[in-house]
Amino acid sequence: MTIAAEKNPPVKLPNEPEITPQIVAEHGLAPDEYERLLRIMGRTPTMVELGIFSAMWSEHCSYKSSKVWLKKLPTKAPWVIQGPGENAGVIDIGDGQAAIFKMESHNHPSYIEPYQGAATGVGGILRDVFTMGARPVANLNALRFGDPSHPKTRHLVSGVVAGIGGYGNCMGIPTVGGETNFHAAYNGNILVNAMTVGVAPTDRIFYAAAAGIGNPLVYVGSKTGRDGIHGATMSSTEFNEDSESKRPTVQVGDPFVEKLLLEACLELMATDAIVAIQDMGAAGLTSSSFEMAAKGGLGVVVELDKVPMRETGMNPYELMLSESQERMLIVLKPGREELARRIFEKWELDFAVIGHLTDTERMVLTWHGDVVGNIPIPPLVTEAPMYERPWTLTPLPPVLDAAQVPAPKDWNASLTALMGCPDLASKAWIWHQYDHLIMGNTAIRPQDGDAALVRVAGSQKGLAMTSDCTPRYVQAHPETGGRQAVAEAWRNITATGARPLAVTDNMNFGNPQKPEIMGQFAGAIMGMAEACTALDFPVVSGNVSLYNETEGRPILPTPTIGAVGVIGDIAKAVGSRLTQGGLGLVLVGETRGWLGQSLYLREACGREDGAPPPVDLAAERRNGDFVRAQIDAGRVSACHDLSDGGLLVALAEMCIAGGTGMEIALPKTDILPHAFLYGEDQARYLVASDRPDEVLAAAREAGVPAVLLGYSGGPSLVVKGLVSAKLDALRAAHEAWLPAYMNATE
Amino acid sequence: MKAAILVFPGSNREGDVAQALELVTGQKPTMVWHGDGDFEKTDLIVVPGGFSYGDYLRCGAMAAQSPVMAEVKRRAAQGVPVLGICNGFQIVAEAGLLPGVLMRNENLKFVCTDVHLKVETSQSLFTNRYQAGQVIKVPVAHAEGNYFADADTLKRLEDRGQIAFRYCAPDGTVDGTGNPNGSINNIAGIFNETKTVLGLMPHPENAIESLFGGTDGKALFEGIVEALS
Repeated sequence: MTIAAEKNPPVKLPNEPEITPQIVAEHGLAPDEYERLLRIMGRTPTMVELGIFSAMWSEHCSYKSSKVWLKKLPTKAPWVIQGPGENAGVIDIGDGQAAIFKMESHNHPSYIEPYQGAATGVGGILRDVFTMGARPVANLNALRFGDPSHPKTRHLVSGVVAGIGGYGNCMGIPTVGGETNFHAAYNGNILVNAMTVGVAPTDRIFYAAAAGIGNPLVYVGSKTGRDGIHGATMSSTEFNEDSESKRPTVQVGDPFVEKLLLEACLELMATDAIVAIQDMGAAGLTSSSFEMAAKGGLGVVVELDKVPMRETGMNPYELMLSESQERMLIVLKPGREELARRIFEKWELDFAVIGHLTDTERMVLTWHGDVVGNIPIPPLVTEAPMYERPWTLTPLPPVLDAAQVPAPKDWNASLTALMGCPDLASKAWIWHQYDHLIMGNTAIRPQDGDAALVRVAGSQKGLAMTSDCTPRYVQAHPETGGRQAVAEAWRNITATGARPLAVTDNMNFGNPQKPEIMGQFAGAIMGMAEACTALDFPVVSGNVSLYNETEGRPILPTPTIGAVGVIGDIAKAVGSRLTQGGLGLVLVGETRGWLGQSLYLREACGREDGAPPPVDLAAERRNGDFVRAQIDAGRVSACHDLSDGGLLVALAEMCIAGGTGMEIALPKTDILPHAFLYGEDQARYLVASDRPDEVLAAAREAGVPAVLLGYSGGPSLVVKGLVSAKLDALRAAHEAWLPAYMNATE
Repeated sequence: MKAAILVFPGSNREGDVAQALELVTGQKPTMVWHGDGDFEKTDLIVVPGGFSYGDYLRCGAMAAQSPVMAEVKRRAAQGVPVLGICNGFQIVAEAGLLPGVLMRNENLKFVCTDVHLKVETSQSLFTNRYQAGQVIKVPVAHAEGNYFADADTLKRLEDRGQIAFRYCAPDGTVDGTGNPNGSINNIAGIFNETKTVLGLMPHPENAIESLFGGTDGKALFEGIVEALS
């Protein structure tokens, strides 16, 4: 490749169609965006060039609707090593180690082809983390499905769960946590948000910025096929009834190859051969090569005929836009090609030098010696469309008076029904299909605590991790909902005794071109920013998924928060299982009996109205810091945060999980019993302690509201004068729903 | 005691068993790459869990044909103890070191959960630290753990005391309760005739520390160390 050749205008390939307005529209580019393209290029693009602009300027890759808002999130703290903008976020967890993590959506593919969609979602997020030099140590998944009675739901749950398990289990990474909800708003558009946490030495973290003119560009992993072409563009549009026909745009995963790729990459990373490395995710070779060159301020020549191909007859357009899985792009130091080749051949993976870096700041694509694409890199990035879309904030709904909400006629029946409702029912049917124990470091398993807890191998440290969002709160009032999602994640980490450190966000929303949807996005960001700031809980990575609509009906706005915290001595951590009698049960935090948007209201009264519970961030901080200190002091045997279903559901969950009952009485209060027991006031925890007096004394000193409700013991959950439910019956209701639902014939 | 752990493309619990062995013996085991036909003399060979070759043909079938397994068979014939766990059990069975096959779980799903096992005999180098009839709790994690053998083979296994572990209820009752995969006769693990080869689906290597799933698996490794040193 000579410099002269790089200046040649690209040749047209045989059979290459003329660029028409229809072809431009099919590539998802608006007319003004195409005008912008013409200005940058100074000529009509070739097909492959058009495809590259289409992918890079898709919502998925460019964040064009969300960027202005994402900038409002706090991203810095002394322990943040790398914030948003790389493959994943990096935080310092002490002792020269870093936690590297991110959450990413694979919503549209999972709806179209649930097994492969979910599997490749897991594969993609794993690659994002090990690209940076980390060995993945845990996976989590936040799943939202449609109404259980919707004809597609069972099939989707089955496929998504099998896909997540199929990929993660084969990779040998424990899947330790997550959440699963059901709501009719997701009937035509489920959410699959996958999160991976990895650990790396702080001095061996790898980034994507290319460097070194002339350095070789190396392709490793699987061969490139025709799968997933234009996946990024597909996932940036709304669904309609033709969406099923988009199945060929879903990628096919091979976890066995990814396992080999993981081991080979880590082996290469232990040498000094790598300058930069980037996985090929959305928009495959296009975005990976582009981002590496752009971040390094360089140019790149890619000889496309050298790309390992799975099929014959593939053309440059297909090669640049394929989303075949399990591939990586690496810039090597000069002369290290053979060392690297030996490692990848040992792991039986493809290895090919497919180009080199230049100083031209242009992406030049060649095909058997001819230039077929020639794009200036900086303007494609700097002049990428960015929209300040019009937005309308959702007004705060009127506050619901608890007196207007009927109390249960039969308390036992009401609690039993709630424990068996789809959102609260045990998800054991799901997580028993995930290997959550491999690596031998899982200290808190799914459903045994508010957050999962995984030991950092070879140390006493533990990483606590969780994913949270309460979409009905966000729908009712996005600012409150955004605030609450962050606060609940922080609380869940805290309830194990760990210190919450940072957040990854996965913003799932509808069509941003509708002002009310953009307003939901804006509101959620405002709330999240406020909470992240107040709780010293910066956002270090994230992903935005828009256009989650079908036939014009949007999903509930769902800003999923993934969070990571650390505990110095894992032996001090606690779960939420109540395993012994005689423990004092202390309710920490203020109860006001907030029933608006509560699960009780929805499940028992069939209503989804009212304002969601307000989030007092100062109280969150104060109460959480207090609880963490009590755990650290060894006064706590079990701890559970209060969320969906309020106090009574939290108590029942602790009893069922640990097989121990309790007897409590409501404190003297003006609050109606059903509001006290089912209200979803925030910033609250239930702490079980063998020294409740010490906990109460410490609370008084710290100015934290705390009250002793009663003691653990016995075979039943008893709330004097109201509830007396046998644990066996509660457990049966709790555990029966999901298996029965999944085993029912359609 | 020197132990070697085989590593195939797709093995993924080799680290777990290495961690367990190191904790019990204080020595790092040797990791042996599948392509190596020969490896140094060891007191114990472990075939670990995972998805060797992606489990794409039939679990363990491809790994059973790899060069290193020919060497393992030779050494097993000389009496070197072999421990096959999960995918390792499948590989060892495919290689002919143990009879029977491991089929897809009865409910066709991957299952990861704690199970209770009844120790059938303490008369082996693998189980000498347990009591016969003792109930232990260890996890399983597999999609193909449904043990099957024909009636004659099964009778031989039963008659000669070659059943190592059976799935059972927490109180030790063997009636199908707690059988996670549909295994015939609730079989979780078996020996060869000389009881120098043990294959089992559950993961004792994930039950070594009290904070991480309990310690019921530890005695298996302690027993091996005791028998071999």
